[in-house]
Amino acid sequence: MTSLASSRGKENFLSAFRRRFEQGNDGSPLWLAELRRGAIEKFAESGLPTTRHEDWKYTNVDPINALSFDIPRQNGVEIPTTNLLACAMAEGARHRLVFINGFYSAKHSSTGNLPAGVRVLHLAEILSRDDPREASWLTRPTEMQDKPFVALNTAFMEDGAVVIIPGHCRMEEPIYTIFLSSGAVAPFVSHPRNLFICGEGSEVEIVESYVGLGTGAYFSNPVTDIAAAADSVVNHYRLQSEGPGAFHVGVVRARLERHSNLNSHSVTLGGGLVRNDVHALLDGEGAECNLNGLYVSDGQQHIDNHTEIEHAQPRAVSHELYKGILGGRAHGVFNGKILVRKAAQKSDARQSNKNLLLSKDAVINSKPQLEIYADDVKCSHGSTIGQLDPDALFYLRSRGIGAEDSRALLSYAFAADILGGVKNAPLRARLDEFLLTKFSKTAG
Amino acid sequence: MLEIRDLRVNVGDKEILRGINLSVGAGQVHAIMGPNGSGKSTLAHVLSGRENYAVTSGEVLYQGKNLLSMSPEERAREGIFLAFQYPVEIPGISTTYFLKAALNAVRKHSGLEELDAMEFLSLIKEKMKLVEMDQALLNRPLNEGFSGGEKKRNEILQMAILDPKLAILDETDSGLDIDALRIVAGGVNSLRAKDRAMIVITHYQRLLNYIIPDFIHVLSEGRIVRSGAKELALELEKKGYEWLKSESAAL
Repeated sequence: MTSLASSRGKENFLSAFRRRFEQGNDGSPLWLAELRRGAIEKFAESGLPTTRHEDWKYTNVDPINALSFDIPRQNGVEIPTTNLLACAMAEGARHRLVFINGFYSAKHSSTGNLPAGVRVLHLAEILSRDDPREASWLTRPTEMQDKPFVALNTAFMEDGAVVIIPGHCRMEEPIYTIFLSSGAVAPFVSHPRNLFICGEGSEVEIVESYVGLGTGAYFSNPVTDIAAAADSVVNHYRLQSEGPGAFHVGVVRARLERHSNLNSHSVTLGGGLVRNDVHALLDGEGAECNLNGLYVSDGQQHIDNHTEIEHAQPRAVSHELYKGILGGRAHGVFNGKILVRKAAQKSDARQSNKNLLLSKDAVINSKPQLEIYADDVKCSHGSTIGQLDPDALFYLRSRGIGAEDSRALLSYAFAADILGGVKNAPLRARLDEFLLTKFSKTAG
Repeated sequence: MLEIRDLRVNVGDKEILRGINLSVGAGQVHAIMGPNGSGKSTLAHVLSGRENYAVTSGEVLYQGKNLLSMSPEERAREGIFLAFQYPVEIPGISTTYFLKAALNAVRKHSGLEELDAMEFLSLIKEKMKLVEMDQALLNRPLNEGFSGGEKKRNEILQMAILDPKLAILDETDSGLDIDALRIVAGGVNSLRAKDRAMIVITHYQRLLNYIIPDFIHVLSEGRIVRSGAKELALELEKKGYEWLKSESAAL
């Protein structure tokens, strides 16, 4: 049956592609038309993955195959900016790009008052132009470009956030990119494509926030590319609180040059079927990458985090900590791969995945993977799965804190080291508040 | 304040407490001494509501109410405090946050208004002086990486903040050097009050040089085999617990 569903899903996307891009001239420059064609051909070879693929062993995407998704022509959603920012945990965001159902919303965005040379624009501007330099950001070969969901994104991409930080520019304030999907009558899909290009010695904080309204089915398929030039510092947050009916398959690909520093935090709170892929390529000597992840679910959610950190050059450092808190009938997957190339001597790679299961029916599949071809490296990994500590629970209760509140407090405490890495104070405060409330409800 | 009548408690198939009778009045300090395995800690745990102890007979009345039917948090809110022998380390929650949550849960139960952050901070600063605790510890995760002495001081600080009617100190002297013991005992003594009772559980007579009890009870093999005034501790110190074991066997 899998192959039937899969071929039906494939045909849905192929016919959507024909309708959207092959009937008549959609005005794309030649490079883009070629890029799309190459990508849809790759997708046509594979279709969506099945659980027979090692990378998708625990995550069945048949529900995506089963639906036929519209691509909205326009966003068509009325929401006051303050409400929108509140949903996205982005109150007070001064620099922001907002996308609704995949399309740029100028009236919700704010791109003025930027430091000299900083460009904050949306992808449709680049796609409509024929600028070879801008086109090269999209056409150069990249990791995972042949993967089905990335190929789909490349074939269908129409909009997304583009941030370009010139060399030696230190942005004081974060840049928010917000992707709101609203419950619609029919299932719809968006393929945001984001480019964050950070010049030599620059410093920037970028927040990606995916948020859903309503309970309807939709499919978000974003791809984010981060280029960190030499000596740059990139602080990146990826916050996901899609609606319960959402399919979210997101990819982050980062390339780090010499002595650059990427701190990337992934927080997954929402969505129905969720897959996050992160690929960090440490492609310069002494690059440093910190990946933090938190996934929290108490319902029927399926949350799959796949990360790959590739040490390609010597003396690079990577630290990875992913933590899951799963209740209800939630299913979590963590697959963390560390790949150390032969040239990457003196690599220092540490990985840890810790999971807290709050119910009998919650499940986690945790799989660390090390692949090391250099001989002088420090690599470690570890994975734990546990329940709330009964001694700790009793300690809190013996001080008068109720059983439910104690469980909530300890669940929250489990996430504390990830939250401690969130240096954006307003975001941290919102996450604290959100999680404490969520855990109180779960425990009650 | 507290009436324990013929309390029998099993852990698994094993009977650990074999008929305890004890009456503790307001303002009194009772010491419970006994060798390892005599049931001291079991008594403390049963009084504070810990799970995995099966009460097979007897009853415990606290202020006239059936204590054993109350949850641990109800007991705490009603004024019972257990100072743990091994305080639990809880990464991710600061001492301040934890104590504020606890105090406000207790206050709410008593119909008092909850304290805000400022009010709580001034209260905790005042109480910290009692146990000479470093203020830096307040914002660190609860007990995490605390020394043995710091953990025990933190217990007494919690007791000072929560202002219980009945405090049970479970081997509070264990793992303390003489300076820490003096500070902790000083904190406890300053909390002695007419309307507060204390049960001090200890293996060694040493603690009772600092916290002078009104009564001493000796526990052996799950029974109180001897009760007396503070001088009993000295006799025990001289003769050792073996002396009582023979008496217990004769019972």
